Parts: sequence; C-alpha cells; structure tokens
Amino acid sequence: MSPWEPGVFSLILYTIMVVAFVASQLFLAAWLGEKKPSVEKSRPYECGVIPTGTARFRYPVPFYLVAIFFLIFDIEGAYIFTWAVVYEEAGMPALIQMSFFIILLLVGLFYIWKHGGLDWKATYKEE
Amino acid sequence: MMLTWMAGFLLLIVKLAVVLFFLLFVAAYLVWVERKFLARLQIRYGPNRAGKFGLLQPIADVVKMVTKEDTVPDGADKAFFLIAPAVVATTAFLMFSVVPLGSDLTLFGRKIPLVVTDLNIGLLFVFALSSLGVYGVALGGWASNSKYGLLGGIRGAAQMISYELPLGLSLIPIIMLARSFSIIDIVDAQARYPFILVQPVAFVIFVISAMAESKRIPFDLPEAENELVAGYHTEYSGMRFGLFFLGEYVNMMVFGGIVSVLFLGGWHGPLLPSFVWLFIKIMLVALFMIWVRGTLPRLRYDQLMTIGWKVLIPVALLNILATAAIGIMIH
Repeated sequence: MSPWEPGVFSLILYTIMVVAFVASQLFLAAWLGEKKPSVEKSRPYECGVIPTGTARFRYPVPFYLVAIFFLIFDIEGAYIFTWAVVYEEAGMPALIQMSFFIILLLVGLFYIWKHGGLDWKATYKEE
Repeated sequence: MMLTWMAGFLLLIVKLAVVLFFLLFVAAYLVWVERKFLARLQIRYGPNRAGKFGLLQPIADVVKMVTKEDTVPDGADKAFFLIAPAVVATTAFLMFSVVPLGSDLTLFGRKIPLVVTDLNIGLLFVFALSSLGVYGVALGGWASNSKYGLLGGIRGAAQMISYELPLGLSLIPIIMLARSFSIIDIVDAQARYPFILVQPVAFVIFVISAMAESKRIPFDLPEAENELVAGYHTEYSGMRFGLFFLGEYVNMMVFGGIVSVLFLGGWHGPLLPSFVWLFIKIMLVALFMIWVRGTLPRLRYDQLMTIGWKVLIPVALLNILATAAIGIMIH
C-alpha cells in the first residue's frame, strides 16, 4: 500500500483515474450532446437503402479456424515464455528439449498450412 | 508515518495525473501531426483554420464530438454497443502504465520512480490488455446491428489474434537478453547498447505485428473505408466514436513507447534528460507510422493472413531458437 513504490496500489489508482476520465467524457457527451432522435437516424447505415435481412449473419468458417489455431499456438507460446526467463540456468538439456518443442510447433504449423487451413480462397466450388 | 503516507499519496496522484494528461495531450496533438504530415505527403495544406497552423484543431474536435448526438441504431445490443468504445480507450490507457518514462527523480530526499507501475510481469500485462482490446472491436462491430460493423468486427478480431502470436513470440529473445518480464529491468539491461543492434529480426517482426495490432494502414482492413464504410465503428457517433479514435492514437503512443523501451534503449541517451529522450523516441516511431500510412496501399485479406501466419510466426520461432543457441554457446 506504500504510495512511494510503483506497485499495484499505484496501478489501481491509475485505473480508477482512467475509468473516471472515460466516464466523464461519456457523461459530458450525454449532457451536452444534441438529442433529436428520429426513425431515419436510428436506422443502421446501408448506403442509403433500407436495411434488408438480419445483420447477424453467419460468417465464413476460416475465421473460426483462425481462432482455434490461435488458441493452440498461444498456449504453446506460454510454455516458451516461461522457459525464456531461465534459459541460461536451464542450459543445454532444456535447449534441446525446447528445440524439439519448437520444431514440433513448426511442423504443426506446416501441417495446417499444407491442408489449406491458412488459405483464404473462396470456399464455394466454381463451375 | 501517517504524514509521509499522505505526502506520498498526494505526490502519487499528481504523478498519475501528469502521466494521464501527457498521454491525452500528446495523443490529441498526434492527430494534428498526423493530419498535417499526411497532408504534406499528399501535397495538401491539412487543417489550417482553427488557430495558427490549425493548432487549435484538436480542441475544436473535442468540442464538436462532445456536443454531437450519441445515436444508437435500431436493433443494436445496447449494453455492448455502449461499452465497446470505453473498452478500447481504457485498455489503451492502461497499457501505458508499465512504460518507464525516465530515470528516478529525487524529491525531498525520496526517490520517485517515473513509471506508473513496475510489475514483474510487465510484458505479459501488455499482452493481456492488447488481447482485451480485441473485445472492444469485436463487440462494437457485432452489437451495432450493421452488416459493415459485423464484417469489420470479425475481420478485426481475426487479424488481431493472428498478429498477437508473432507479437508475443518476437519478444521472447528480448526476455532472454534481459532475463526478466519487468520493463524496468529490460530498460536497465540496455544501458550499454539498445537491443535493436542485437535483435534486428525481432525488431522488424515486432514493428510489423504491432502495426497490424493497432489496425493502421497497410493493415486497416477492419475499417477499410472503401469497402466497409468504417468497419466496426460505422454506427458510432459523437464521443463514442471519439473514444475509438482516442484509443487508436493512445495506442500509437503505447506502441511508440513499447518499441522505445524494448528495442531503442528506453530513456537511455546522452546529454538530454531521460524523459526527453523517451519522448523523442516515441515521436520518431509515431512519425514512422504516419509516413508508412502515407506511402503504402492496403493489403488484401489473404495477403494479410499469409504474412502473419506463413512468414512472421515461423521466422519468430526460428529467431527464438537461434538466440537461445547463441546465448548458451557464449556462456
């Protein structure tokens, strides 16, 4: 709790100040802003025509794949992070083990690459 | 005892207020610098009506945004719609808290560190917040009940999580050199030479992926104006749009700050005071980003993903292995 140290207390105080600033801007905008709602104004923008259909459409599968790949590689990245701090003390055996791990990662990346997981072509078949 | 605590508390409040004001002020004038510099690159004048050389333009912008109507489109998910811009702005501000602004000041015989907080996991904190920033983009796009918004939000989310991997992996060699996640330790480790000299590959990977993270040209597909109007913030108006905007420019500052402390030696430099050096470095990085924006065209989506997954990630992984092997061989 010492205010002289740049610790968590300082961070909490800073967070409170940032949130207060953002809230004050939104409050000012709500207070001073124009308020003339109308049907036309609150319609979602679609180049001037009346919006057709739902805006929460189904999105292409590759986006979902990217999210899955991200999860896998990010967790594996976390292992590398922990090793990076102590790589010198851990020495040669750890280097060999981590090299094996990283090469395995690269092989995995190469595998999804070869299977078209990273391709962004049109997914429908052209006649 | 109580008195020293109170004095320290007041001093801390002043320090934090100065940091926050500095961020806001420089971010506001970064908008002016960007518009002016971009205009010069395109042989235009840029803003020149409000004040001398348009210097009052940021103030005019704030007044205008505050007094505009805050519209919520029909069918929007109101709670998420209202909170998304605040998420973007808040995470951007919080990321700056781990950047050391200079060497310790001494006041009344007490040391005052010029940093908001020195976390021993400083770098991981930055990653965590930059991941949280994705929520602002994805939720803002999804909640606004607009097709452009949703497309922008999905693109933004996929792009940001893809580039998060090379962003994180490119910094592992830096952690190996400094042997710590704390950004203060990393700056101290660069007292003799900046890390850009020993890690040029990591520097290039980091700069490219950080530019993709901040969604600026040539990586501005989530808000590509000639295909998606304005992407995830199409439906936003007034101060909520302003918060997205502010978040982007604070992010530029954060990016400049992080590049400076990790690769360019932080506040280390001859002659000038330490915080002046850091400011110069941040501004140089920001000017570089504006210059890139004025020079390069936008990438296509498959090119964007190809660079991220097929080039940056393998190169970053190999760079880790090479750094570790050389480090162990030397010692």
